[in-house]
Amino acid sequence: MMFYLFAAVAVVASLLVIAQRNPIYSVLLLIASFGALSGLYVLLEAPFVAVIQIIVYAGAIMVLFLFVVMLLNAPHEETDFDERTHPLLRPGAMRLGGLLAVALVMELVWALANAADPGRFGVERVISVAAIGKMLFTEYAFAFEVTSVLILVAMVGAVVLARKEEMR
Amino acid sequence: MNAPLEYYLVLSAVLFCIGAAGVFVRRNLITILLSIEIMLNAVNLTFVAFGRAHGSADGQIIVFFVMTVAAAEAAVGLAIVISLFRFRESLNPDSFTELKW
Repeated sequence: MMFYLFAAVAVVASLLVIAQRNPIYSVLLLIASFGALSGLYVLLEAPFVAVIQIIVYAGAIMVLFLFVVMLLNAPHEETDFDERTHPLLRPGAMRLGGLLAVALVMELVWALANAADPGRFGVERVISVAAIGKMLFTEYAFAFEVTSVLILVAMVGAVVLARKEEMR
Repeated sequence: MNAPLEYYLVLSAVLFCIGAAGVFVRRNLITILLSIEIMLNAVNLTFVAFGRAHGSADGQIIVFFVMTVAAAEAAVGLAIVISLFRFRESLNPDSFTELKW
């Protein structure tokens, strides 16, 4: 079953992302995780999302990350120092966090046991890319236009923030 | 033959927990930003799965907007990381304590 394959790849790659010491491997593994998620979107019959997941996320955003990692020539974390001084390793934080984790697991089990069975997905309506495009420019036209302003603001902000100090 | 909706929701919860754990545990600004991307993608999966379950296009459109915001967030966040690295030659969030009182 394809779902289990893609789900396993996504979970394992995501776990490795936060387990890696070298940020370059983290970025590459996250791209693998996004590829698996794109496969899941295909299984969910959302081809538009699957394609923009690859093009925008894996193609643009992750390349931006990779570029910054290589640009900074980032040092590795000092593991022994970090593990000794990590604020989450204090006893109070450990106890409270353990309690919250147990509460979260219990709530999830309760929710899964008591929820009404949503059943299998229907086969009647598959959303076409044309339908998404139409809704984007009618119902969501205002949000779509505001998005362009958001991108412009982010672009200006990134240029200003990353500028060298003496040019200011 | 497709997996039921619950499977997608559980997978999304697992991915979100991995991302949240990454934000709490890691001491590297770039890995923290990557963990935030994992969490955003977990939520995207929920949106698409619910949209599919209800036969509605809204889920996919929200995912489109989430991706736009994620792109903006990544650009600004990485710019901040670059200027912090210039300032302190470190990516450890514990070395930036200027705003702590």
